[in-house]
Amino acid sequence: MNGSATLTPPVSGRDHAQGRADALVTLVEYGDYQCPYCGAAHPVVKRLECAFGNKLRFVFRNFPLTQAHPYAMVAAEAAEAAALQGKFWEMHDLIYENQGNLEPDILPAWAQRVGLDLQEFGTAIKQGEITKRIKEDRNSGIRSGVNGTPCFFINETRHDAPPDYDSLRAGLEEQMT
Amino acid sequence: MAPLKAGTLAPDFSLPSTPDQKVSLSELRGRPVVLVFYPADWSPVCSDQLGLYNELLAEFSEFEAQIIGVSVDGIWCHLAFCKDRKLRIPLLADFEPKGAVARAYGVYNEKAGEADRALFVLDPEGVIRWTYVSPVGINPGADGILKALASIAQHRSGTMPPQSNPLPVKEDA
Repeated sequence: MNGSATLTPPVSGRDHAQGRADALVTLVEYGDYQCPYCGAAHPVVKRLECAFGNKLRFVFRNFPLTQAHPYAMVAAEAAEAAALQGKFWEMHDLIYENQGNLEPDILPAWAQRVGLDLQEFGTAIKQGEITKRIKEDRNSGIRSGVNGTPCFFINETRHDAPPDYDSLRAGLEEQMT
Repeated sequence: MAPLKAGTLAPDFSLPSTPDQKVSLSELRGRPVVLVFYPADWSPVCSDQLGLYNELLAEFSEFEAQIIGVSVDGIWCHLAFCKDRKLRIPLLADFEPKGAVARAYGVYNEKAGEADRALFVLDPEGVIRWTYVSPVGINPGADGILKALASIAQHRSGTMPPQSNPLPVKEDA
């Protein structure tokens, strides 16, 4: 059963997605904003998106490893708060591109940089909804057989090979034929 | 060597958890136990696996389950590893005689001189209810463990009809 870990629940309208819903293949990442391996996977995903164009849809779900990464949760909250203002991907990219500088105090400045209303941003984080959503992502990850971060699923099946460009590209191409 | 199957009484053992303490399996009767055999401290996959379980301690404690890691590494190695990775999971040293406990559970890899990557979920009576041996390079995740624990909990609370056999792991538990 673990050998065929399956994305549970499947991608739906609640997910943050880039690309068309009718794309040939969907790549889902469970990620942690402070995880260096997720940081390394970020440009890999960008490259895959360039290479496959609208044949590929990319979805990101939160899987903060809070014991190992003390800032993973606040970063996830910042991205989700940005999502409420329609800027999830802007914040997501900014955090991964500047992962080395990630710390709680810098997040409002980053929020400003992506053009968020700071007051709304702060209020959203204080309310419980965002935390709830992150937990839902995390629990779905546990059910899906996430075994570390980043953890990728290609069309709902866990990608057990390394998360590098060649291996992910091969996995995606296999689903397109 | 075949891993012990569901329905088998888990063989008791007593292994060091620190330089001056030992943990015996029999001391843990009364609560479910998750036994995690893994090849070695420090190797990347093991670290991810134990790191993941370390993140899920709250989930395991909802079932009052005790999770234990076992490898052939010595106790000082375990201590350094736990400290480095901030692990709060007891790691036992199956070090002398080397791999004896892994052998008793049928998950010792003679060629490598290490334990296989194997999971056993025991019910509060110490009976193995779920066994899973993962390919060595693949981290098995936690979904199987949590399903097995949920299944044990359901079975005990009487919400499921008694089953004569190893508890099937319910897909939607």
